[in-house]
Amino acid sequence: MSEVSLDHYLVLGAVLFVCGALCMAMKRNAIGVLMGVELVLNGANINFVAFARYNPVFRLEGQVFALFVIVMAAAEAAIALAIVLNFYNNHMTVDVDTAEELKG
Amino acid sequence: MSQATILFLIIAAFTGLSAIAVLVSQNIVRSAVWLLFTLAGTSGVFFLLGADFVAATQLLIYVGGILVLVVFGVMLTAQGPFITMKVGAAEWVIASVVGLLLLGVLVMSMPGPEAFGSSEAAPANARVSSSTQLGETFLGLPGAMPEANVSGLPKTATAVPRTRVAYLLPFEIVSVHLLVVLIGAAYLARAKRRKGGLP
Amino acid sequence: MTEFLSTRLGLAPGLAALLVALIAAVILITFMLLSAIFFVWLERKVSARIQDRLGPTRVGGKFGWLQTLADGLKLLVKEDIIPTNADHMLFRLGPYIALAGSFLAFVALPFGNGVVAQNMDVAVFYMLAVMSSEVFGVILGGYGSGSKWALFGGMREAAQVVSYEVPRAISVLVPIIVAGTMNLSTIALQQTGAFWNWYVFHDPFTFGAFWTFFTCGTASCKRAPFDLAEAESELVAGFHTEYSGFRWLIFFMAEYGSMFAISGIAVLLFLGGWHLGFLPWELSDKIGIVGNVINVLVFIVKGWLLVFVMMWVRWTLPRLRIDQVMMTCLRYLLPISCVLLLGVSIWQLLSWQITVLVYANYVLAAVCVALVAWFTVKLTKAGGVTPTHMMPGAWPGAPASGAPLVPRT
Repeated sequence: MSEVSLDHYLVLGAVLFVCGALCMAMKRNAIGVLMGVELVLNGANINFVAFARYNPVFRLEGQVFALFVIVMAAAEAAIALAIVLNFYNNHMTVDVDTAEELKG
Repeated sequence: MSQATILFLIIAAFTGLSAIAVLVSQNIVRSAVWLLFTLAGTSGVFFLLGADFVAATQLLIYVGGILVLVVFGVMLTAQGPFITMKVGAAEWVIASVVGLLLLGVLVMSMPGPEAFGSSEAAPANARVSSSTQLGETFLGLPGAMPEANVSGLPKTATAVPRTRVAYLLPFEIVSVHLLVVLIGAAYLARAKRRKGGLP
Repeated sequence: MTEFLSTRLGLAPGLAALLVALIAAVILITFMLLSAIFFVWLERKVSARIQDRLGPTRVGGKFGWLQTLADGLKLLVKEDIIPTNADHMLFRLGPYIALAGSFLAFVALPFGNGVVAQNMDVAVFYMLAVMSSEVFGVILGGYGSGSKWALFGGMREAAQVVSYEVPRAISVLVPIIVAGTMNLSTIALQQTGAFWNWYVFHDPFTFGAFWTFFTCGTASCKRAPFDLAEAESELVAGFHTEYSGFRWLIFFMAEYGSMFAISGIAVLLFLGGWHLGFLPWELSDKIGIVGNVINVLVFIVKGWLLVFVMMWVRWTLPRLRIDQVMMTCLRYLLPISCVLLLGVSIWQLLSWQITVLVYANYVLAAVCVALVAWFTVKLTKAGGVTPTHMMPGAWPGAPASGAPLVPRT
């Protein structure tokens, strides 16, 4: 491997994405799920910026998108934490397995 | 093994291993610390890709803002000493299999170097990303926008030239969106008086 | 710094770049350590003089020059205690994350014309972003100590530092709008010449931005009067209660490092960078490498002067409560900095139409020089008290001896 090409960055983005998706699926702590969401968004950002660098057709649009994604992730993290705090106030726990009131 | 390759290997290994550690770690505060390292590593990847502004934004907003928020949330929702919520072994096996399958699908679907003409960094983008050029892209100036035709059309369709896009309106919308979301989150998370119920 | 040096020696370019990076890192961390050593001594002397005592006078001569070395030796040989309840990994990790955040800021800080480890186009933004990740060291230190005092201190601290980043960033935007670039070397080069070219005198809004930036920078360095993290009377020692010896030293190096980084940004953005202020040339262009050395020395002296002002303020003003700290940020500094940002934008737009606005910097510089001269005159003529035989603080009619006062019957 003599030159770092687009594929290497895409693999890194894919690894982060898969870790994030598994976090979202497996963690029982609600905040752990939120961490998974952040990992997914970071993986996508790496893809965006890598394409902005290696693709001669899109100039810097990937970086513009990455900036928008970062800002949106901040907004979504704030709301998610507010919801988690409300959940904690009502249930005294953040275990997502106890969120079963709408079941069945 | 040039310097860029070594740097990329170190930073990518650091980021990937931290991401796996977020997944594997049982203690929620340690997961937050590994997430910190992942986000810092992603910022390093952005620096490697020549995107200085995006990398600094990542550090400022993700590490200095979102992660602090997450850690505050962790501290506020702790019940006594941290009760680690364990996941069963069967779930780990299923998760690993699904994860590896997903990773395989993503890696297989990568376009490869011949899709865009070359795997080298395009000379127009190579010394790029001063904040001036990023600003010009935001404003939709002619020199900064891509000039190729719209991609993704079927081969039989006639080629459609791209219209110039300025990102000022999405920028303003995103700012107002952020304001509205933060006001909503602050309202949602306000301290409420519990009427009866839990002590 | 110049990479040409290594490539001339015939090494492989990758290895040469790595070597240059290592040398730059070693120089920067040496500078940070030496500055920290100087600041510890300076703090003790400044605090002593303000409190009307002498400070260290024994170690290393009449002025206690080597006192910091004695302090450092004491801290190094202290026992390394980790509390039982502490989370071992996070307890150990906290100080180093703080130090990393503080040291990384020095990478983009230009000390002279071209004397910078990495000349970034987004230098100011990068420095602010990296210094904002220092708060994590505080949080991990507070949580990892396993004691509730440390945890409270750490959380209050994190809230304060994160809140003050917003008006700090807005205040930094003000001279960036005037300069048109975020590259610190370019901004400093734009202030070449006499001191009325400095951006602090450019228009009233930049003048205000200097004071708000300095205030917000002091708050985000956790320095007094915003130093609730170290509030000895309230929280033992806040987030670094359980840290002793070398780990405490690392926290303090991080704090002094970020103090110098904030001062460095203020010097470069507002106070003309490495220029002397009364010579009309850029010295490194005129006299080569000697000019570079002079530039570096001038910059370091200016940075140390601003750190001295921070210490002066610390030992003069009383400490603010946490609600007062947050109120200062959210109700005063944030609207003020937004108004300054609006004002400087309008000023820049109007100065194309109304050309007389361009000469505002001469007016402001003249006003400031007049104020400084007036203060100096008043200070030097202030000694108008006739010496008496009574003790200091005594009023006429007070008993001259130490006899207890008899209440008036």
